[in-house]
Amino acid sequence: MTLRVLVAKVGLDGHDRGVNVITRLLRDAGMEVIYTGMFQSPESVARAAVDEDVDVVGLSILSGAHLTLAPLVVGALRDRGCDVPVVVGGIVPDEDVSALTAAGIAAIFGPGSSLESIVDTLEGLVNSRSH
Amino acid sequence: MNQGSSRSTWQEAYSRSSAAGSQGTTQSGIDLEPVYGPDDGEFPGSFPYTRGIHPAMYRSRLWTMRMFAGFGTAPETNQRFREIISAGGTGISTAYDMPTLLGIDSDDPRALGEVGRCGVAIDTIDDVHDLYDEIDLSAITTSMTINSPAAPIWAMFVANAEAQGVARARLGGTLQNDILKEYQAQHEYVFPPRPSLRLMRDTMVFATREMPKWHPISISGYHIREAGSTAAQEVAFTLANGFAYVELARDAGLAIDEFAPKLSFFFNAHIDFFEEVAKYRAARRLWATWMRQRYGALDERSWQLRFHAQTAGVSLTAQQPDNNHARTALEALAAVMGGAQSLHTNSFDEAWTLPSADAARAALRTQQVIAYETNVTQVADPLGGSWFVESLTDRLHDEAQEMLEEILEIGAGSMLQGCLAAIDNGWFEGRINDAAFAHERAVQRGERVIVGVNAFTDGAKSSPLNQTDGGGEDRQRERLRRVRQDRNDDSVRDALERVRTAARSTETNLMPSLMDAARARASVGEIMDTLADVFGRYQAAAR
Repeated sequence: MTLRVLVAKVGLDGHDRGVNVITRLLRDAGMEVIYTGMFQSPESVARAAVDEDVDVVGLSILSGAHLTLAPLVVGALRDRGCDVPVVVGGIVPDEDVSALTAAGIAAIFGPGSSLESIVDTLEGLVNSRSH
Repeated sequence: MNQGSSRSTWQEAYSRSSAAGSQGTTQSGIDLEPVYGPDDGEFPGSFPYTRGIHPAMYRSRLWTMRMFAGFGTAPETNQRFREIISAGGTGISTAYDMPTLLGIDSDDPRALGEVGRCGVAIDTIDDVHDLYDEIDLSAITTSMTINSPAAPIWAMFVANAEAQGVARARLGGTLQNDILKEYQAQHEYVFPPRPSLRLMRDTMVFATREMPKWHPISISGYHIREAGSTAAQEVAFTLANGFAYVELARDAGLAIDEFAPKLSFFFNAHIDFFEEVAKYRAARRLWATWMRQRYGALDERSWQLRFHAQTAGVSLTAQQPDNNHARTALEALAAVMGGAQSLHTNSFDEAWTLPSADAARAALRTQQVIAYETNVTQVADPLGGSWFVESLTDRLHDEAQEMLEEILEIGAGSMLQGCLAAIDNGWFEGRINDAAFAHERAVQRGERVIVGVNAFTDGAKSSPLNQTDGGGEDRQRERLRRVRQDRNDDSVRDALERVRTAARSTETNLMPSLMDAARARASVGEIMDTLADVFGRYQAAAR
């Protein structure tokens, strides 16, 4: 099965080097990747996830606003009855991890994460749901 | 050229400089000349300035140690500025938060979670007042790292300084105000490129006529490089933008030698030591040659590429953050060997967080060690004449020149039109993204070693250190609420109407009406929304 991934940038963060690179790397790894572009709202990300019928949503946040924005995306998805896993890539200090996990973020990829670990985690998350 | 004439020209200029008669020696007492090279070779302080823009370089004047700071509310950042100045910093530079950079007020729902986080939140002239409180603006130069809302923020700065009794003509500093690179790399755009250029034109004209000590644009390759470009692309795209602004100012009726000396540049100081040194040398040679030959500048100051450098944020690692001290020191040394006029050194904790006060001080101390202990300041262009560095300089010069010619061709002979067309069709972004991807793939494959990340990863994982509270969202909203309550709404409305009227008339300079709006305590968001009513908003094409 080919994984369908929505990668998104929410809020005002214009740092898109990471999201551009990961989009291409995941495509090279055989996934179908849809990128929303920058400056999205939590609602527009949730809408795109439902419309595109994706298996997983990946948020790229480097502005420090993850504690505010990531839970809003999870909430907007669940409000639409969509229970796909949401992962975050970017700069998340250790002490913020538990708050994000509690808010329903399934995995966090910090700076320097290997492509291999990202691919394995995404596949693991999606496969464990389909059982 | 007669044998020996370039040395004698240099000697004459050197003897007029403040370094004349200075004694340089090594730590062990060996005498040092201010510069080395053959008598008929190129010398610093002469066209095309490959070896530096001043005949004596750091013997006559050290670079400005300009530290970039901003977080939370204006009073918190003001405190940090004062710490930097008391620690020996010789310039300050403001980092704004994302809402301010995008012209959005702190109480706007879109600002949720972002207020005061990546920089300081500035909404009105009251914040500007508190930001520079008890800092002598006639004595220290300031830099404002802002682009789309550059004109309104600058208007607030000038209006505040005048209210404090400092005449605008005495204000020295730099406004980043480089809009083209926003569409190419940094993405803090609000209006479409063409009306944004009109705002830039107004700031250039205003600075040229009224503020002789001000640099109204800092043409910035830093963000292009951080977004992933190569060194040659950094030079080419930045200089292309610079030439585009030269054409813009010329079209606005300014004489080239009237405004070109006010232009300054901002480059990255990355980790590949010799490539960076060669990059600055190549950029100077290119700028001087094109300004003189293509744009017909006659004043030497129009040929001289002055630049600020910042060490590469992207080279810092979240893993083993202590290693970042070494990276920053080496990058800063490259900027100094390359002849920078001004330098910011990143703090070692910045891959994780806003710099703590201690980390920011250590970063400044890194510059002071280079300036006062290593003795590298004694000799101008110390790597000039190295077969390796000269060859790398030529190579970067030629690669960048080829790209400049390509952009010029896209614009059918106009660099301004070439840059706009290459933004519209994604030419810049495509090249930057390709370079970023190639870099990351090499890292993932282990072909490019990053210590502590894909090699030498053993040892304790350093956790994030003292976190600086970047927040203050509630405090800033309260500050803004009080301003909205206290100000005279009729004056605000009238001032914004005058901004709207001025915006509609393309021949009118917007600066006076923006300063009136600042004095009426209109907010950045209100002013930007008024301008957007006339100018429209930019939507990036999906690619």
